[in-house]
Amino acid sequence: MQIDHGKCVACGNCIPVCPMGAIYIDPAVNRATVNLDECVECFTCYRGMSKEYLNPTLVRTIRGFLKYLRIRFDPEPDVCPTDALTPQELTWPRIVRRAFSDPLVPHESTGIHGRGTEEVKTNDVTGRVNEGEAGFTIEFGRPGVGVRFRDIQKMTMALAPLPITFEKKNPVFSLMADPATGTIREDILNEKVLSAIVELKTRLEHVPQVLRMVEEVSQDLETIVSIGVATRCDGQGDNALEPLLKREGYEFYRGKTNLGLGRRPAAVPA
Amino acid sequence: MTNTLHRFGSRDSLRDDYIIFAMAARGINDQGAPPKLQTFLRLALKHHPINVGNAVKGGIFRASKALTPLAHWRRREFIAPEEVVESIDTCTTVSAVFDDPANLEAFLTELKAADLGVSINIAALTDEARTCCQRAGITRHSVEYSLGFHGDLNRLPDRHVLELSTMCGHGMVAHNLTKKMLDWVKEGRRDPRQAATYLAKFCTCGIYNTTRAIRILEEARVGK
Repeated sequence: MQIDHGKCVACGNCIPVCPMGAIYIDPAVNRATVNLDECVECFTCYRGMSKEYLNPTLVRTIRGFLKYLRIRFDPEPDVCPTDALTPQELTWPRIVRRAFSDPLVPHESTGIHGRGTEEVKTNDVTGRVNEGEAGFTIEFGRPGVGVRFRDIQKMTMALAPLPITFEKKNPVFSLMADPATGTIREDILNEKVLSAIVELKTRLEHVPQVLRMVEEVSQDLETIVSIGVATRCDGQGDNALEPLLKREGYEFYRGKTNLGLGRRPAAVPA
Repeated sequence: MTNTLHRFGSRDSLRDDYIIFAMAARGINDQGAPPKLQTFLRLALKHHPINVGNAVKGGIFRASKALTPLAHWRRREFIAPEEVVESIDTCTTVSAVFDDPANLEAFLTELKAADLGVSINIAALTDEARTCCQRAGITRHSVEYSLGFHGDLNRLPDRHVLELSTMCGHGMVAHNLTKKMLDWVKEGRRDPRQAATYLAKFCTCGIYNTTRAIRILEEARVGK
Protein backbone atom coordinates (compact mmCIF):
# COMPACT_ATOMS: atom_id res chain seq x y z
CA MET A 1 0.00 0.00 0.00
CA GLN A 2 1.18 3.50 -0.75
CA ILE A 3 -0.04 7.01 -0.07
CA ASP A 4 -0.32 9.55 -2.86
CA HIS A 5 1.65 12.54 -1.59
CA GLY A 6 -0.09 14.74 -4.14
CA LYS A 7 -3.39 14.06 -2.36
CA CYS A 8 -2.33 13.53 1.25
CA VAL A 9 -2.95 16.47 3.62
CA ALA A 10 -1.16 14.94 6.63
CA CYS A 11 -4.32 14.85 8.72
CA GLY A 12 -2.96 11.74 10.47
CA ASN A 13 -6.23 9.79 10.43
CA CYS A 14 -4.67 6.77 8.74
CA ILE A 15 -1.82 6.46 11.22
CA PRO A 16 -3.61 4.68 14.09
CA VAL A 17 -5.71 2.63 11.66
CA CYS A 18 -2.77 0.50 10.51
CA PRO A 19 -2.63 -2.74 12.54
CA MET A 20 1.14 -2.87 12.10
CA GLY A 21 1.79 0.79 12.88
CA ALA A 22 3.47 1.09 9.49
CA ILE A 23 2.11 4.54 8.58
CA TYR A 24 3.74 7.73 9.85
CA ILE A 25 4.04 11.41 8.89
CA ASP A 26 7.40 11.80 7.20
CA PRO A 27 8.74 15.13 8.52
CA ALA A 28 10.88 15.59 5.43
CA VAL A 29 7.80 15.99 3.22
CA ASN A 30 5.00 16.46 5.77
CA ARG A 31 2.95 13.67 4.23
CA ALA A 32 1.75 10.27 5.48
CA THR A 33 4.14 7.54 4.35
CA VAL A 34 3.99 3.74 4.52
CA ASN A 35 6.97 1.77 5.78
CA LEU A 36 6.73 -0.94 3.13
CA ASP A 37 8.89 -3.39 5.07
CA GLU A 38 6.44 -3.31 7.98
CA CYS A 39 3.29 -3.09 5.81
CA VAL A 40 1.63 -6.49 5.48
CA GLU A 41 -0.78 -5.48 2.67
CA CYS A 42 -3.82 -6.24 4.81
CA PHE A 43 -5.79 -3.42 3.11
CA THR A 44 -7.30 -2.37 6.46
CA CYS A 45 -6.51 1.28 5.75
CA TYR A 46 -7.81 1.22 2.19
CA ARG A 47 -10.96 -0.77 2.89
CA GLY A 48 -11.80 0.30 6.43
CA MET A 49 -11.47 4.05 6.11
CA SER A 50 -14.33 6.06 4.72
CA LYS A 51 -13.45 8.38 1.86
CA GLU A 52 -14.03 11.95 0.89
CA TYR A 53 -12.72 13.51 -2.29
CA LEU A 54 -11.84 17.02 -1.18
CA ASN A 55 -9.39 19.26 -2.96
CA PRO A 56 -6.02 18.72 -1.22
CA THR A 57 -4.81 22.30 -1.66
CA LEU A 58 -8.00 23.64 -0.12
CA VAL A 59 -7.80 21.22 2.81
CA ARG A 60 -4.12 22.00 3.46
CA THR A 61 -4.85 25.73 3.40
CA ILE A 62 -7.71 25.41 5.89
CA ARG A 63 -5.71 23.09 8.14
CA GLY A 64 -2.73 25.47 8.04
CA PHE A 65 -4.93 28.45 8.97
CA LEU A 66 -6.60 26.61 11.87
CA LYS A 67 -3.21 25.41 13.08
CA TYR A 68 -1.91 29.02 13.03
CA LEU A 69 -4.87 30.06 15.19
CA ARG A 70 -4.26 27.11 17.55
CA ILE A 71 -7.80 25.90 16.94
CA ARG A 72 -8.14 22.17 17.60
CA PHE A 73 -9.74 20.42 14.68
CA ASP A 74 -11.89 17.42 15.53
CA PRO A 75 -12.35 15.39 12.35
CA GLU A 76 -14.09 12.05 12.00
CA PRO A 77 -11.23 9.64 12.83
CA ASP A 78 -12.04 7.02 10.20
CA VAL A 79 -12.04 9.24 7.11
CA CYS A 80 -9.40 9.92 4.50
CA PRO A 81 -10.49 13.36 3.28
CA THR A 82 -8.72 13.13 -0.09
CA ASP A 83 -8.75 9.41 -1.01
CA ALA A 84 -4.95 9.32 -0.81
CA LEU A 85 -4.50 5.60 -0.06
CA THR A 86 -3.32 3.83 -3.18
CA PRO A 87 -2.96 0.05 -3.56
CA GLN A 88 0.05 -1.08 -5.52
CA GLU A 89 0.27 -4.07 -7.82
CA LEU A 90 1.79 -6.93 -5.89
CA THR A 91 4.16 -9.52 -7.27
CA TRP A 92 5.90 -12.53 -5.76
CA PRO A 93 7.05 -12.75 -3.02
CA ARG A 94 5.30 -9.64 -1.64
CA ILE A 95 1.92 -10.96 -2.76
CA VAL A 96 2.22 -13.58 0.00
CA ARG A 97 1.73 -10.78 2.51
CA ARG A 98 -1.72 -10.00 1.20
CA ALA A 99 -2.75 -13.64 0.95
CA PHE A 100 -2.16 -14.10 4.66
CA SER A 101 -3.15 -10.65 5.90
CA ASP A 102 -6.24 -9.60 3.93
CA PRO A 103 -9.21 -11.67 5.14
CA LEU A 104 -11.15 -10.91 1.96
CA VAL A 105 -8.60 -12.64 -0.27
CA PRO A 106 -8.94 -16.43 -0.53
CA HIS A 107 -5.85 -18.56 -0.13
CA GLU A 108 -5.03 -20.27 -3.41
CA SER A 109 -4.02 -23.46 -1.61
CA THR A 110 -7.29 -23.91 0.29
CA GLY A 111 -9.77 -21.56 -1.40
CA ILE A 112 -10.78 -20.31 2.03
CA HIS A 113 -10.79 -16.67 3.09
CA GLY A 114 -9.38 -15.38 6.35
CA ARG A 115 -6.29 -17.36 7.23
CA GLY A 116 -7.57 -20.18 5.09
CA THR A 117 -8.21 -23.05 7.48
CA GLU A 118 -11.32 -24.97 8.52
CA GLU A 119 -9.76 -26.63 11.59
CA VAL A 120 -12.32 -28.16 13.93
CA LYS A 121 -15.10 -25.90 12.68
CA THR A 122 -16.18 -28.52 10.13
CA ASN A 123 -15.01 -31.54 12.12
CA ASP A 124 -18.56 -32.95 12.21
CA VAL A 125 -18.34 -33.32 8.42
CA THR A 126 -14.62 -33.88 7.79
CA GLY A 127 -13.83 -36.13 10.79
CA ARG A 128 -10.38 -34.59 10.80
CA VAL A 129 -9.83 -34.92 14.56
CA ASN A 130 -11.22 -37.99 16.33
CA GLU A 131 -11.52 -39.14 19.93
CA GLY A 132 -8.06 -39.79 21.30
CA GLU A 133 -6.56 -37.18 18.99
CA ALA A 134 -5.78 -33.49 19.38
CA GLY A 135 -5.73 -30.87 16.64
CA PHE A 136 -3.50 -27.86 17.24
CA THR A 137 -3.82 -24.38 15.76
CA ILE A 138 -0.62 -22.46 16.43
CA GLU A 139 -1.17 -18.89 15.36
CA PHE A 140 1.60 -16.38 14.89
CA GLY A 141 1.38 -12.62 14.77
CA ARG A 142 -1.91 -11.99 16.50
CA PRO A 143 -2.95 -9.77 18.09
CA GLY A 144 -1.56 -6.82 16.23
CA VAL A 145 2.14 -7.76 16.09
CA GLY A 146 2.64 -9.54 12.79
CA VAL A 147 5.18 -12.24 12.03
CA ARG A 148 7.88 -13.01 9.49
CA PHE A 149 8.09 -16.46 7.99
CA ARG A 150 11.58 -16.96 9.41
CA ASP A 151 9.99 -17.04 12.88
CA ILE A 152 7.30 -19.46 11.75
CA GLN A 153 10.05 -21.70 10.35
CA LYS A 154 11.75 -21.85 13.76
CA MET A 155 8.56 -23.36 15.13
CA THR A 156 7.83 -25.74 12.25
CA MET A 157 11.40 -27.06 12.29
CA ALA A 158 11.16 -27.67 16.04
CA LEU A 159 7.81 -29.46 15.71
CA ALA A 160 8.59 -31.58 12.63
CA PRO A 161 10.60 -34.26 14.54
CA LEU A 162 7.82 -34.74 17.10
CA PRO A 163 5.07 -37.37 16.69
CA ILE A 164 2.80 -34.97 14.80
CA THR A 165 1.26 -34.64 11.36
CA PHE A 166 1.05 -31.24 9.72
CA GLU A 167 -2.34 -30.47 8.18
CA LYS A 168 -1.92 -30.50 4.42
CA LYS A 169 -4.96 -28.30 3.67
CA ASN A 170 -3.24 -25.34 5.26
CA PRO A 171 -1.68 -22.28 3.58
CA VAL A 172 1.56 -22.46 5.59
CA PHE A 173 1.95 -26.14 4.69
CA SER A 174 1.60 -25.25 1.03
CA LEU A 175 4.66 -22.99 1.41
CA MET A 176 6.87 -25.59 3.08
CA ALA A 177 9.95 -26.57 1.12
CA ASP A 178 10.22 -29.85 3.06
CA PRO A 179 7.41 -30.82 5.49
CA ALA A 180 9.56 -33.62 6.91
CA THR A 181 11.97 -31.03 8.31
CA GLY A 182 9.54 -28.14 8.62
CA THR A 183 11.56 -25.84 6.38
CA ILE A 184 9.69 -23.10 4.54
CA ARG A 185 10.68 -21.90 1.08
CA GLU A 186 13.62 -19.54 1.34
CA ASP A 187 12.31 -16.74 -0.90
CA ILE A 188 9.56 -15.75 1.56
CA LEU A 189 11.38 -16.03 4.89
CA ASN A 190 11.65 -12.26 5.25
CA GLU A 191 8.07 -11.56 4.22
CA LYS A 192 5.93 -10.19 7.03
CA VAL A 193 2.28 -11.10 7.43
CA LEU A 194 -0.41 -10.02 9.87
CA SER A 195 -0.89 -13.58 11.06
CA ALA A 196 -0.48 -17.19 9.98
CA ILE A 197 -1.58 -20.49 11.42
CA VAL A 198 0.23 -23.80 11.55
CA GLU A 199 -2.10 -26.75 12.04
CA LEU A 200 -1.10 -30.19 13.18
CA LYS A 201 -2.57 -33.31 14.69
CA THR A 202 -1.22 -35.69 17.32
CA ARG A 203 -2.38 -38.34 19.77
CA LEU A 204 -3.64 -37.05 23.11
CA GLU A 205 -0.71 -38.61 24.97
CA HIS A 206 1.69 -36.41 22.99
CA VAL A 207 -0.14 -33.15 23.75
CA PRO A 208 2.09 -32.21 26.72
CA GLN A 209 5.22 -32.74 24.61
CA VAL A 210 3.90 -30.54 21.82
CA LEU A 211 2.79 -27.83 24.25
CA ARG A 212 6.18 -27.75 25.94
CA MET A 213 7.94 -27.41 22.60
CA VAL A 214 5.62 -24.61 21.44
CA GLU A 215 6.13 -22.70 24.67
CA GLU A 216 9.91 -23.19 24.56
CA VAL A 217 10.29 -22.01 20.94
CA SER A 218 7.84 -19.11 21.48
CA GLN A 219 10.29 -17.52 23.93
CA ASP A 220 12.77 -16.98 21.09
CA LEU A 221 10.35 -15.50 18.58
CA GLU A 222 9.80 -11.81 17.85
CA THR A 223 6.05 -12.23 17.84
CA ILE A 224 3.06 -13.50 19.78
CA VAL A 225 1.99 -17.13 19.56
CA SER A 226 -1.65 -18.05 20.27
CA ILE A 227 -2.34 -21.69 20.99
CA GLY A 228 -5.58 -23.50 20.31
CA VAL A 229 -6.09 -27.22 20.82
CA ALA A 230 -9.16 -29.24 19.84
CA THR A 231 -10.59 -32.69 20.15
CA ARG A 232 -13.68 -34.80 19.40
CA CYS A 233 -16.13 -35.21 22.25
CA ASP A 234 -17.87 -38.43 23.28
CA GLY A 235 -21.58 -39.10 23.20
CA GLN A 236 -22.14 -37.08 26.37
CA GLY A 237 -20.10 -34.11 25.14
CA ASP A 238 -17.15 -34.84 27.41
CA ASN A 239 -13.53 -35.27 26.31
CA ALA A 240 -10.19 -36.43 27.68
CA LEU A 241 -8.33 -33.32 26.50
CA GLU A 242 -9.83 -31.00 29.11
CA PRO A 243 -8.54 -32.84 32.22
CA LEU A 244 -5.19 -33.36 30.49
CA LEU A 245 -4.76 -29.62 29.90
CA LYS A 246 -5.71 -28.89 33.51
CA ARG A 247 -3.12 -31.40 34.74
CA GLU A 248 -0.55 -29.53 32.63
CA GLY A 249 -1.44 -26.36 34.49
CA TYR A 250 -3.37 -24.50 31.81
CA GLU A 251 -6.23 -22.23 32.74
CA PHE A 252 -8.78 -21.87 29.96
CA TYR A 253 -12.42 -20.91 29.74
CA ARG A 254 -13.00 -19.80 26.22
CA GLY A 255 -13.12 -21.65 22.92
CA LYS A 256 -15.12 -22.89 19.98
CA THR A 257 -17.78 -25.55 20.18
CA ASN A 258 -18.82 -27.54 17.13
CA LEU A 259 -22.48 -28.47 17.53
CA GLY A 260 -22.38 -31.54 15.30
CA LEU A 261 -25.21 -30.32 13.05
CA GLY A 262 -23.26 -30.63 9.80
CA ARG A 263 -23.89 -33.58 7.53
CA ARG A 264 -21.76 -35.28 4.92
CA PRO A 265 -23.69 -36.06 1.73
CA ALA A 266 -24.08 -39.79 1.18
CA ALA A 267 -22.58 -39.43 -2.29
CA VAL A 268 -19.29 -38.07 -0.90
CA PRO A 269 -17.05 -40.89 0.40
CA ALA A 270 -15.32 -40.49 3.75
CA MET B 1 -9.59 -19.39 10.65
CA THR B 2 -9.34 -18.74 14.35
CA ASN B 3 -10.94 -15.34 14.12
CA THR B 4 -13.26 -16.00 17.05
CA LEU B 5 -11.01 -18.19 19.20
CA HIS B 6 -8.70 -15.79 20.99
CA ARG B 7 -10.90 -12.91 22.19
CA PHE B 8 -9.09 -11.48 25.19
CA GLY B 9 -10.75 -10.96 28.53
CA SER B 10 -11.61 -12.40 31.92
CA ARG B 11 -14.63 -14.63 32.39
CA ASP B 12 -16.59 -11.62 33.60
CA SER B 13 -15.49 -9.51 30.65
CA LEU B 14 -16.72 -12.18 28.23
CA ARG B 15 -20.07 -12.77 29.91
CA ASP B 16 -22.07 -11.09 27.13
CA ASP B 17 -20.10 -12.36 24.14
CA TYR B 18 -21.51 -15.20 22.03
CA ILE B 19 -20.65 -15.69 18.37
CA ILE B 20 -22.36 -18.39 16.36
CA PHE B 21 -21.32 -19.11 12.83
CA ALA B 22 -22.09 -21.49 9.99
CA MET B 23 -19.90 -22.83 7.23
CA ALA B 24 -19.71 -25.72 4.81
CA ALA B 25 -16.73 -28.04 4.36
CA ARG B 26 -15.03 -27.22 1.09
CA GLY B 27 -15.30 -30.03 -1.41
CA ILE B 28 -17.66 -32.06 0.80
CA ASN B 29 -20.98 -30.35 1.52
CA ASP B 30 -20.42 -26.89 0.01
CA GLN B 31 -22.56 -27.54 -3.07
CA GLY B 32 -25.81 -25.64 -2.59
CA ALA B 33 -24.61 -24.05 0.65
CA PRO B 34 -25.46 -20.35 0.01
CA PRO B 35 -29.27 -20.69 0.48
CA LYS B 36 -28.67 -22.65 3.70
CA LEU B 37 -26.37 -19.92 4.97
CA GLN B 38 -29.01 -17.33 4.13
CA THR B 39 -31.56 -19.35 6.10
CA PHE B 40 -29.13 -19.46 9.03
CA LEU B 41 -28.92 -15.68 9.12
CA ARG B 42 -32.65 -15.14 8.62
CA LEU B 43 -33.35 -17.43 11.58
CA ALA B 44 -30.73 -15.59 13.62
CA LEU B 45 -32.32 -12.22 12.88
CA LYS B 46 -35.51 -13.35 14.61
CA HIS B 47 -33.61 -13.54 17.90
CA HIS B 48 -32.05 -10.07 18.19
CA PRO B 49 -28.40 -10.47 17.33
CA ILE B 50 -26.30 -7.31 17.70
CA ASN B 51 -24.25 -7.96 14.59
CA VAL B 52 -24.39 -10.35 11.65
CA GLY B 53 -21.79 -10.90 8.99
CA ASN B 54 -20.71 -12.53 5.75
CA ALA B 55 -16.97 -13.24 5.95
CA VAL B 56 -16.32 -12.19 2.34
CA LYS B 57 -18.60 -9.14 2.20
CA GLY B 58 -18.74 -7.71 5.74
CA GLY B 59 -21.07 -7.12 8.66
CA ILE B 60 -23.69 -4.47 9.25
CA PHE B 61 -21.17 -1.74 10.15
CA ARG B 62 -19.59 -0.32 7.00
CA ALA B 63 -17.23 2.39 5.84
CA SER B 64 -18.64 5.06 3.53
CA LYS B 65 -16.92 5.36 0.17
CA ALA B 66 -18.64 8.53 -1.04
CA LEU B 67 -18.64 11.09 1.74
CA THR B 68 -19.09 14.80 1.17
CA PRO B 69 -18.51 17.64 3.64
CA LEU B 70 -22.25 17.80 4.24
CA ALA B 71 -22.55 14.05 4.88
CA HIS B 72 -20.75 14.12 8.22
CA TRP B 73 -23.95 15.06 10.01
CA ARG B 74 -25.93 12.22 8.44
CA ARG B 75 -23.49 9.40 7.84
CA ARG B 76 -24.90 5.99 7.06
CA GLU B 77 -22.70 3.87 9.30
CA PHE B 78 -24.46 0.57 9.03
CA ILE B 79 -26.56 -1.36 6.54
CA ALA B 80 -29.78 -3.26 7.04
CA PRO B 81 -29.15 -6.83 8.24
CA GLU B 82 -31.15 -8.17 5.30
CA GLU B 83 -28.52 -6.65 2.99
CA VAL B 84 -25.96 -8.93 4.64
CA VAL B 85 -28.25 -11.89 3.95
CA GLU B 86 -28.73 -10.89 0.32
CA SER B 87 -24.94 -10.54 -0.10
CA ILE B 88 -24.44 -14.30 0.35
CA ASP B 89 -23.85 -15.55 -3.17
CA THR B 90 -20.99 -17.98 -2.61
CA CYS B 91 -19.82 -20.55 -0.09
CA THR B 92 -18.64 -18.46 2.83
CA THR B 93 -18.77 -18.24 6.62
CA VAL B 94 -21.72 -16.38 8.10
CA SER B 95 -22.01 -15.28 11.69
CA ALA B 96 -24.30 -13.75 14.27
CA VAL B 97 -23.26 -12.13 17.54
CA PHE B 98 -25.48 -12.31 20.61
CA ASP B 99 -25.11 -10.54 23.92
CA ASP B 100 -27.88 -12.51 25.66
CA PRO B 101 -27.60 -16.30 26.09
CA ALA B 102 -31.39 -16.62 26.20
CA ASN B 103 -31.62 -15.29 22.64
CA LEU B 104 -28.87 -17.67 21.55
CA GLU B 105 -30.69 -20.64 23.10
CA ALA B 106 -33.90 -19.76 21.30
CA PHE B 107 -31.96 -19.52 18.04
CA LEU B 108 -30.31 -22.90 18.67
CA THR B 109 -33.69 -24.55 19.13
CA GLU B 110 -34.79 -23.25 15.73
CA LEU B 111 -31.49 -24.21 14.13
CA LYS B 112 -31.76 -27.78 15.31
CA ALA B 113 -35.25 -28.04 13.88
CA ALA B 114 -34.17 -26.46 10.58
CA ASP B 115 -31.56 -29.20 10.03
CA LEU B 116 -29.58 -27.17 7.53
CA GLY B 117 -26.77 -29.71 7.26
CA VAL B 118 -23.92 -27.17 7.46
CA SER B 119 -21.49 -27.01 10.38
CA ILE B 120 -22.50 -24.69 13.22
CA ASN B 121 -20.03 -23.46 15.85
CA ILE B 122 -20.31 -21.27 18.94
CA ALA B 123 -17.36 -19.17 20.09
CA ALA B 124 -17.88 -18.17 23.72
CA LEU B 125 -17.08 -19.27 27.26
CA THR B 126 -16.98 -23.01 26.69
CA ASP B 127 -19.11 -24.02 29.66
CA GLU B 128 -21.73 -21.38 28.77
CA ALA B 129 -21.79 -22.62 25.19
CA ARG B 130 -22.25 -26.18 26.39
CA THR B 131 -25.11 -25.14 28.67
CA CYS B 132 -26.87 -23.32 25.81
CA CYS B 133 -26.52 -26.42 23.64
CA GLN B 134 -27.82 -28.76 26.32
CA ARG B 135 -30.88 -26.57 26.89
CA ALA B 136 -31.57 -26.74 23.14
CA GLY B 137 -31.16 -30.52 23.16
CA ILE B 138 -27.77 -30.49 21.39
CA THR B 139 -24.69 -32.48 22.46
CA ARG B 140 -21.45 -30.85 21.37
CA HIS B 141 -19.45 -32.75 18.75
CA SER B 142 -15.98 -31.19 19.10
CA VAL B 143 -14.39 -28.40 21.08
CA GLU B 144 -11.33 -26.18 20.66
CA TYR B 145 -9.83 -24.49 23.70
CA SER B 146 -7.98 -21.17 23.61
CA LEU B 147 -4.77 -21.46 25.64
CA GLY B 148 -4.00 -17.77 25.30
CA PHE B 149 -0.98 -15.75 24.22
CA HIS B 150 2.65 -16.81 24.46
CA GLY B 151 5.95 -15.54 23.10
CA ASP B 152 7.11 -11.91 23.24
CA LEU B 153 4.32 -10.61 25.48
CA ASN B 154 6.13 -7.27 25.89
CA ARG B 155 4.72 -6.38 22.48
CA LEU B 156 1.14 -6.50 23.77
CA PRO B 157 -0.81 -3.37 24.82
CA ASP B 158 -2.93 -2.99 27.95
CA ARG B 159 -6.01 -5.06 28.76
CA HIS B 160 -8.68 -2.60 27.61
CA VAL B 161 -6.98 -2.25 24.24
CA LEU B 162 -6.71 -6.03 23.95
CA GLU B 163 -10.32 -6.59 24.99
CA LEU B 164 -11.52 -4.22 22.29
CA SER B 165 -9.08 -5.01 19.47
CA THR B 166 -9.23 -8.80 19.71
CA MET B 167 -12.96 -8.75 19.01
CA CYS B 168 -11.89 -8.50 15.41
CA GLY B 169 -10.21 -11.85 15.04
CA HIS B 170 -8.59 -10.98 11.72
CA GLY B 171 -6.66 -8.17 13.36
CA MET B 172 -8.36 -5.39 11.41
CA VAL B 173 -9.04 -3.28 14.52
CA ALA B 174 -5.63 -1.79 15.24
CA HIS B 175 -4.29 -1.37 18.76
CA ASN B 176 -3.48 2.27 18.05
CA LEU B 177 -6.98 3.07 16.81
CA THR B 178 -8.43 1.32 19.85
CA LYS B 179 -6.20 3.36 22.15
CA LYS B 180 -7.28 6.50 20.32
CA MET B 181 -10.95 5.68 20.89
CA LEU B 182 -10.34 4.92 24.57
CA ASP B 183 -8.65 8.31 24.91
CA TRP B 184 -11.39 10.12 22.98
CA VAL B 185 -14.10 8.66 25.19
CA LYS B 186 -12.14 9.64 28.28
CA GLU B 187 -11.73 13.16 26.92
CA GLY B 188 -15.41 13.42 26.07
CA ARG B 189 -14.72 13.84 22.36
CA ARG B 190 -16.95 10.87 21.48
CA ASP B 191 -19.38 8.76 23.47
CA PRO B 192 -18.86 4.98 23.84
CA ARG B 193 -21.50 4.12 21.25
CA GLN B 194 -19.83 6.30 18.62
CA ALA B 195 -16.39 4.93 19.47
CA ALA B 196 -17.63 1.33 19.30
CA THR B 197 -19.16 2.03 15.89
CA TYR B 198 -15.87 3.41 14.53
CA LEU B 199 -14.10 0.24 15.67
CA ALA B 200 -16.80 -2.13 14.39
CA LYS B 201 -16.56 -0.71 10.89
CA PHE B 202 -13.06 -2.09 10.50
CA CYS B 203 -14.12 -5.66 11.31
CA THR B 204 -14.66 -7.22 7.90
CA CYS B 205 -16.54 -10.37 8.90
CA GLY B 206 -19.13 -8.84 11.23
CA ILE B 207 -18.22 -10.50 14.52
CA TYR B 208 -17.55 -7.29 16.44
CA ASN B 209 -19.61 -7.16 19.64
CA THR B 210 -20.62 -3.53 20.07
CA THR B 211 -22.54 -4.19 23.30
CA ARG B 212 -19.38 -5.48 24.95
CA ALA B 213 -17.31 -2.71 23.37
CA ILE B 214 -19.58 0.01 24.77
CA ARG B 215 -19.41 -1.55 28.20
CA ILE B 216 -15.60 -1.76 28.11
CA LEU B 217 -15.33 1.85 26.90
CA GLU B 218 -17.65 2.99 29.71
CA GLU B 219 -15.57 1.16 32.31
CA ALA B 220 -12.30 2.46 30.90
CA ARG B 221 -13.65 6.04 30.85
CA VAL B 222 -13.92 6.12 34.64
CA GLY B 223 -10.71 4.21 35.20
CA LYS B 224 -12.04 0.73 36.03
